Amino acid sequence: MTELFKFLKAMASTTAFRLATGTAAVFVVIAGLLLAILFWQTNQVLTDQVMTALTAESEALRIEAQTISTGALIESIAARSRPDGPGLYFLADPTGKKLAGNLSRQPPETAGSDARGVFRYRPDIVSSKRERLGVAMAIPLPRGERLVVGRDIEDQRTFADGIKRLFIWSFIALTIAGLATALLISRIVLRRIEAMNVASQQIMAGDFSRRVPLQGSGDELDGLAANLNAMLDRIEQLMAGLREVSENIAHDLKTPLNRLRNRVEAALREPDSAPTFRDALERTIEDADDLIKTFNALLLIARLEATALDKSAEVLECGALVRDVAELYAPVAEEIGLTLEIAIRPTPPIRANRQLIGQAVANLIDNAIKYAPASSQRATRPLIRVEVAATASEVEISVADHGPGIPSHDRERALKRFVRLDESRTKPGTGLGLSLVAAVARLHAGRVSLDDNHPGLKVRLLLPVRLDVASPAPEPLTSPSVAKELSGVGATKP
Amino acid sequence: MRVLVIEDDRETAQFLLKSLRESGHAADLAGDGEQGLEMAGTGQHDVLIVDRMLPLLDGLSVIKTLRADGVRTPVLVLSALGDVDDRVKGLRAGGDDYLTKPYAYSELLARIEALARRAVPEEQETRYSVGDLVLDRLSHRVTRGGEPIPLQPREYRLLEYLMKNAGQVVTRTMLLEHVWDYHFDPQTNVIDVHVSRLRAKIDKSFDKPLLHTVRGAGYMIRDGAV
Repeated sequence: MTELFKFLKAMASTTAFRLATGTAAVFVVIAGLLLAILFWQTNQVLTDQVMTALTAESEALRIEAQTISTGALIESIAARSRPDGPGLYFLADPTGKKLAGNLSRQPPETAGSDARGVFRYRPDIVSSKRERLGVAMAIPLPRGERLVVGRDIEDQRTFADGIKRLFIWSFIALTIAGLATALLISRIVLRRIEAMNVASQQIMAGDFSRRVPLQGSGDELDGLAANLNAMLDRIEQLMAGLREVSENIAHDLKTPLNRLRNRVEAALREPDSAPTFRDALERTIEDADDLIKTFNALLLIARLEATALDKSAEVLECGALVRDVAELYAPVAEEIGLTLEIAIRPTPPIRANRQLIGQAVANLIDNAIKYAPASSQRATRPLIRVEVAATASEVEISVADHGPGIPSHDRERALKRFVRLDESRTKPGTGLGLSLVAAVARLHAGRVSLDDNHPGLKVRLLLPVRLDVASPAPEPLTSPSVAKELSGVGATKP
Repeated sequence: MRVLVIEDDRETAQFLLKSLRESGHAADLAGDGEQGLEMAGTGQHDVLIVDRMLPLLDGLSVIKTLRADGVRTPVLVLSALGDVDDRVKGLRAGGDDYLTKPYAYSELLARIEALARRAVPEEQETRYSVGDLVLDRLSHRVTRGGEPIPLQPREYRLLEYLMKNAGQVVTRTMLLEHVWDYHFDPQTNVIDVHVSRLRAKIDKSFDKPLLHTVRGAGYMIRDGAV
């Protein structure tokens, strides 16, 4: 019993139960009110009928009594007093002695002239032992006799009582049914919410691979579960990213820090000599600067992955920005005998962070220049092609080179932090260039793809054209051919 | 010039004071935001260096209060936060320039010197000249010793910025920010190549070089040796 009580108490504290009982209660109260009104109305109609008949008869008898003798009146009353009829009569002389009628005495409720009242009486008939209910009124007579005319209303009362009982029982039945339904619904809903709770608790306890179960019905609870799961996926992804960062810091930052420390230690072991110290310190600053660069890039990637593109975004013409950045690098490319070709097609404006897109494009061009084939081993015409084009839904910025490229099985890995496919690490750089580009793409809901440039590498940064950007009037394509621009023709070695 | 450093980290503050004095400037220190606000309010300083994170009153509030009080002393904001958003916030609060920690002292010095110079009410100069090099800002024409020097638009803007800050060190980052409007690290020293191309045009066929490289700091345009 206490178990059941506990169960009910637990149930009663749930939202589903409260909602269901609330609804049931309102329903029951309204039903009760309706039934009460119905009952009252019915009773009223029946009472009115009885009273109308009674009033009419008493009026008729009063008039009759004025015209006939007492004897005739006695006869008339006696005739009316049928044992089974609904009419109740009592006629007495002025002293109170009964003259005629089927009531044994005058009901005390009707004492006094013209008084009326409801009373209980015991019928004359032997068979009936029960008291019955009647309503009667006294009629004043000219010669001092007392006449009481009444109606039996026992049947009406029985009927009314029956209806009352029926109403009470149906009220109870409604209440029980309502509560039962409430319990059932809350139990069904609770079971699913409980499943979510269990899953959350397991996740909190450290099992990050757990997910909230789906029922597959596609209702609101399923929607909630699906959203929770998506959120958990994102959190897991961020956690994995964070873990990767700390591992990478351990790997790639400890080494240069150690190198820096060794150099300072070695310099301190040297006999006092200003030039040695100076040299060591200068190289230490260089190392520190490289470390700072790596740190900054790492922090930037981590922040990009953890934030949303909001206030920092502006409406951006990619073509102009890319041309600008490419022109920044053009002289550098030219110095080492590369051609930097820029082809810009008109593109719709996108919502983007100018500095981040600029940084990404700079990284791509910088990589392309860094990995360009050395002048002695050139088989093809050294060329870096920077292109901007648009499809219906995306703006595509691509940088293609004829460098060593990346084998297809390594391309996925190349976008990861710190991965330098050149294991010997002969080229300068933090190894974060491409992963920063990937992070910028993700922030803008875009993507990065690495393709073969036959030979070389073609990196494409694809950014979605957002519909929430008010675009200017559609520009007609000035020319179907690519607006070509050669900036610094190759093979002009300095 | 007289510099007020509002910085709570003792070691950083002492390093800044010592370096500024060695560079020939007078320097005062305020250790927290309220003291900084009080000292800056006297209006005796040519430049304020304000750290963003300060005890009692944060750096941006100090700057906002000063600007509201009508103090127009140029401010360099120092911050460990380097995002574009943070930079914009710093400048919007009334800062004139923004430098992210960690920084090289030479970078900081170049920037406050540029700030102090900018604060001197300059009549809108239409001509810059250094030695016999003349840049006409109306016709966008550059001549040296009367000979016209044709420049690309970007080269012109590079020279314009250098000449505006003639006699002062301009760092690579400053060039990248003011000439290109980029607030990111371009990895390679792309600026060096642009400067050397400019140098080839304005200095190569002349005896006296005007565009100098300042080792470990940046560039300077001036008549005479660095």
